[in-house]
Amino acid sequence: MPDVTSYDAELDALFFRRWLTAAADAVDREAGRLTELDSAIGDADHGVNLQRGFAAVTAVLEKEEPATPGAVLVLAGRQLISTVGGASGPLYGTLLRRTGKELGDEPAVGRQRLAEALGAGVAAVAQLGGAKAGDKTMLDALLPAVAALAESFGAARDAAGQGALDTVPLQARKGRASYLGERSIGHQDPGATSSALLIGALAEVAA
Amino acid sequence: MRMLINVPETVVADALRGMAAAHPELAVDVENQVVMRRDAPVEGKVALVSGGGSGHEPLHGGFVGPGMLAAACPGAIFTSPVPDQMVRAAAAVDSGSGVLFVVKNYTGDVLNFEMAAELAEDEGVQVAKVLVDDDVAVTDSLYTAGRRGTGATLFVEKIAGAAAEEGQPLERVEAIARQVNASSRSFGVALSACTTPAKGSPTFDLPPGELELGIGIHGEPGRERRAMMTSREIADVAVDAVLEDLRPDGPVLVLVNGMGATPLLELYGFNAEVQRVLAERGVPVARTLVGSYVTSLDMAGCSVTLCRLDEELLRLWDAPVETPALRWGR
Repeated sequence: MPDVTSYDAELDALFFRRWLTAAADAVDREAGRLTELDSAIGDADHGVNLQRGFAAVTAVLEKEEPATPGAVLVLAGRQLISTVGGASGPLYGTLLRRTGKELGDEPAVGRQRLAEALGAGVAAVAQLGGAKAGDKTMLDALLPAVAALAESFGAARDAAGQGALDTVPLQARKGRASYLGERSIGHQDPGATSSALLIGALAEVAA
Repeated sequence: MRMLINVPETVVADALRGMAAAHPELAVDVENQVVMRRDAPVEGKVALVSGGGSGHEPLHGGFVGPGMLAAACPGAIFTSPVPDQMVRAAAAVDSGSGVLFVVKNYTGDVLNFEMAAELAEDEGVQVAKVLVDDDVAVTDSLYTAGRRGTGATLFVEKIAGAAAEEGQPLERVEAIARQVNASSRSFGVALSACTTPAKGSPTFDLPPGELELGIGIHGEPGRERRAMMTSREIADVAVDAVLEDLRPDGPVLVLVNGMGATPLLELYGFNAEVQRVLAERGVPVARTLVGSYVTSLDMAGCSVTLCRLDEELLRLWDAPVETPALRWGR
């Protein structure tokens, strides 16, 4: 496990761009699996939609090179809203935008500061989607990840991954999977899975 | 995969280019994915704007034209459009009389249209919204995202569109749209799953000899699976499910809708059974529309939508409409 204290106030704009690039790579790599999970309880397009959105995010970050962590996240969030559609676009867009707005225009932030801001971003997602823990949504990966980020990046990755796995026995209460009722039980939630990829990418660039 | 496409990535853009070529009376912005009446904005008239995932054709682009929608925003397959599309459409078709967003109750559509409404209002467009949620198959809406918007979308767009065409003000057009939605209920049945271009195989596994009751329009499986039934038996289940919820005390408007792969021969046969059940239950039918209007790609199956009519709704339903997929009276 890396020495987490060394990251305090060292996460700059470049770090956040590397995070989102790593997230785009992960989404690219796992797109087929996300779509497969989505075809079981949704409409079989989660991977494709996120692929389109994150490709647009990396393209716009290359072009505009925002100077602060906050600006990187706000721009990326806006780009996801403009390109993804569905529920994932507004929800992931809100997650990044709100987290970025919380970070303000600080040139660099520490892990604790990021954890706080990400917590606000996740709260905004919960409010927008009207979901809570246990509804079998992306929150089931994000909420434990934010809690664990106070400890370390690696802990956040593990918590998000476990959170995604823990959605398997749950019955969906939000989104399209909710219409399946009990038949949604036994399938891993695609949104929680992609959220775990996003947090996994964060741990990857922090390592 | 056996589909008449080039590559999955260009399916929607290719369709829009073809639609533009077939319908010079429409203004089709392929790049930004907006379909508009060529004569918009129409002075003194409220503009209806709808949209949703592609794969439900002719919904919504096929309902753009005089007497119905001013603009439609197709998203990716089964994925709601993005707010930028709605904002662009609203700004282009607003004559100053305001815009009514017709939104189907799916999380993605609701979120994107909400964001679009805020952004459009920032640009000085007066926006009202109506949420369509007519699907009675979703019974426990406290524990789901709520009833889905399905066949009633066509009723809302046609009837509120006629009110807008008459020059009724935004609050009145919105009230009529809400009344149509509140007066409409639907129930759908799938005989086969559909194939999305991105996945290339059926989105759920429905063995031959079985059917899904209570499906939505996105290829999501229904809530119950049974052994294959006859058209007569399906009509009994579907119409009774709708009537149990709607309880009409007067004439109704009927939509017998195909999901994409069911031929008109079967839909007309099914309509005969629907009319039989309604007659047996003592429900008078004022108007009936049969065809594939709110589809799910190549899904086989059908849905039934009923709407309680009063004199004004009937008059607005009968009013002239001139769109690619719905056209009469002009």
